[in-house]
Amino acid sequence: MAAMTREETEALIQEVLEVYPEKAKADRAKHLAINDQSLEKSNKCITSNRKSLPGVMTIRGCAYAGSKGVVWGPIKDMIHISHGPVGCGQYSRAGRRNYYVGTTGVNTFGTMNFTSDFTEKDIVFGGDKKLAKCIDEIETLFPLNKGISIQSECPIGLIGDDIEAVSKVKNKEYNKTIVPVRCEGFRGVSQSLGHHIANDAIRDWVLENRDGDESFPTTPYDVAVIGDYNIGGDAWASRTLLEEMGLRVVAQWSGDGTIAEIEKTPKVKLNLIHCYRSMNYIARHMEEKYNIPWIEYNFFGPTKIAESLRRIASHFDDSIKEGAERVIARYESEYNAVIAKYKPRLEGKRVMLYIGGLRPRHVIGAYEDLGMEVVGTGYEFGHNDDYDRTIKEMGNATLLYDDVTGYEFEEFVKRVQPDLVGSGIKEKYIFQKMGVPFRQMHSWDYSGPYHGYDGFAIFARDMDMTINNPCWKSFKAPWKTEATESEPVKAVA
Amino acid sequence: MARLRQCAIYGKGGIGKSTTTQNLVAGLAELGKKVMIVGCDPKADSTRLILHAKAQNSIMQMAADAGSVEDLELEDVLKVGYRDIKCVESGGPEPGVGCAGRGVITAINFLEEEGAYTEDLDFVFYDVLGDVVCGGFAMPIRENKAQEIYIVCSGEMMAMYAANNIAKGIVKYANSGGVRLAGLICNSRQTAREDELIMQLAEKMGTHMIHFVPRDNVVQRAEIRRMTVIEYEPQAKQAQEYRDLATKIINNTNLVIPTPITMDELEDLLMEFGVMEEVDESVVGITAAAEATA
Repeated sequence: MAAMTREETEALIQEVLEVYPEKAKADRAKHLAINDQSLEKSNKCITSNRKSLPGVMTIRGCAYAGSKGVVWGPIKDMIHISHGPVGCGQYSRAGRRNYYVGTTGVNTFGTMNFTSDFTEKDIVFGGDKKLAKCIDEIETLFPLNKGISIQSECPIGLIGDDIEAVSKVKNKEYNKTIVPVRCEGFRGVSQSLGHHIANDAIRDWVLENRDGDESFPTTPYDVAVIGDYNIGGDAWASRTLLEEMGLRVVAQWSGDGTIAEIEKTPKVKLNLIHCYRSMNYIARHMEEKYNIPWIEYNFFGPTKIAESLRRIASHFDDSIKEGAERVIARYESEYNAVIAKYKPRLEGKRVMLYIGGLRPRHVIGAYEDLGMEVVGTGYEFGHNDDYDRTIKEMGNATLLYDDVTGYEFEEFVKRVQPDLVGSGIKEKYIFQKMGVPFRQMHSWDYSGPYHGYDGFAIFARDMDMTINNPCWKSFKAPWKTEATESEPVKAVA
Repeated sequence: MARLRQCAIYGKGGIGKSTTTQNLVAGLAELGKKVMIVGCDPKADSTRLILHAKAQNSIMQMAADAGSVEDLELEDVLKVGYRDIKCVESGGPEPGVGCAGRGVITAINFLEEEGAYTEDLDFVFYDVLGDVVCGGFAMPIRENKAQEIYIVCSGEMMAMYAANNIAKGIVKYANSGGVRLAGLICNSRQTAREDELIMQLAEKMGTHMIHFVPRDNVVQRAEIRRMTVIEYEPQAKQAQEYRDLATKIINNTNLVIPTPITMDELEDLLMEFGVMEEVDESVVGITAAAEATA
């Protein structure tokens, strides 16, 4: 199917909106847009970060997911207590594939679930005493933990549990950082507020810990990697490039990260932001308070990697600038070989994405390096500053969909007929059953890393083995005739 | 057997809900009625005059000690006192922590599941904390629970204000369920023309003053002994007042969806009876210092 014109895309949106009641239609219309590269500001075409409509199948998470699951959870040498009933912690346990080095249960705790396991009596009598007991037990059983965070589930906000008071008492008792996080799931419209609350908690309870302590020897080349959660090893594949060009990575936020790294971040020269959505708040705070500049970068695919390495190097002296060129040159034959191998198999293939924080725009370049085109993209919980950054990355007249509903996404895919859909686990089997090749773009479908040059080779291989998998040829039942087989799948309204 | 009647007693904190409830329940028991009292207040002081106890072990406290409510048996929490009156307390947290409303919900669910509402009961009385502050404290008046609400009040301004507010809460549940306002019980504070005032308030709210309970020190004397007046001094005049109230409740058929009045109407009524002075709009928001210099 050829690229759609602006009019065709507009007609498609109108057709999809048709089934909604008037009020819902008016609301959803604001979240669906046709990309126009000439726009500078996305608020001219799309609305975001609003409450999802009752009755639709939204794909969003909650504030607790944003704080515990995204920002705090990967800090490996801290123990994160899911404070409240058992389910939130248990069903989110180890699901995000934030890789880390360490001995789990001894000095690192990433894949474990700690919960205060609320029951009826904790709701009625308050959970503060139980929380204090939890912390005591943690100190006994896991004495090598470097700190504790308390991740509030919904009931904590409803009954007004005083987690701050418990934190202060236990902080004095154990002389360890204990952080109360007010990330109750009902707050805000999506996981996005959870990121913000988590950033604020880092700011208020951790970041200042080493202010005035100059014992950490610094260099002019110190940077922090912020907003890389090391999914499938992404941060490792990124860090190595930065180190090869001569920089010293002092901290990783928060994939494979430690509390000590977070505490040392105010000493760095430049903050490098990968996931802008989830960690721009703390970067802005450090800029204001510690005068640390920050820049965004993108380590998906060789084009964006080279651009980013040069942009990062521009903040340093010539030795780093030369370092960046050296790194790009060193990997050139490697990534060219990847492109030479996979581009002929993937050229012209069309992709639709629907993901979280940074990927709806950041992975576009990697697909383009392989000759593919992203014809539709959207954010679960983006704000308009995310869409501002997306407009120039996407082609004209392509689809943008914010907080897309299950129904809209299915209809768009039926009509646009992409060669690949990239989204999450909840979407995967729907599209596969529709006969559309699918990759999970949150967990990398249990593969990865996808960041850096090493990651690009894996990314290219994964896209090829998904799209060109022989299974798609066996999708039609053998008794279907040749004639029906050649027809495209019809949209079912 | 007559149908079980479930009644809830509401009213401003400190107005005498628990005392009135226990005395009138003693009166009902004297008349041969089988009654259960369910205390719905974290303070758990709704049954002590019947049980001659300081405070009964509450459902929530015992559940917390045992692990969960599932670990409790009905006989652990249901005590029998004066004239076979059954007593339970929902209980709840100390002030300032947890969720007392959830405690009431959990406790009443427990009583239902464990079959506390037996066939032989004629009356269940819920003695509920001051105001309907959240969904938990509305539990006794929700579907299939109390159908009759009695509000205890007096001729004092705040008591009447609270009574009117409670009536607003009743309207909400009356429209969705079967709950009705059954009357105001005036627990006298010996204010001027108190009976007339409450009768007028009741009329405006679409209900009636079911009984005027005069003030009598025998109530306090009995209470010191952790007894109802009816048990402590059955021949006292006050004991007869509670018997009259009990009889009126047995015969009461005046169940209404209340018509709470506006703040202005209430103020007019209070001014008419001299409980409140006419508001001089010119002094609103003027401090003492400003008045002195004026």
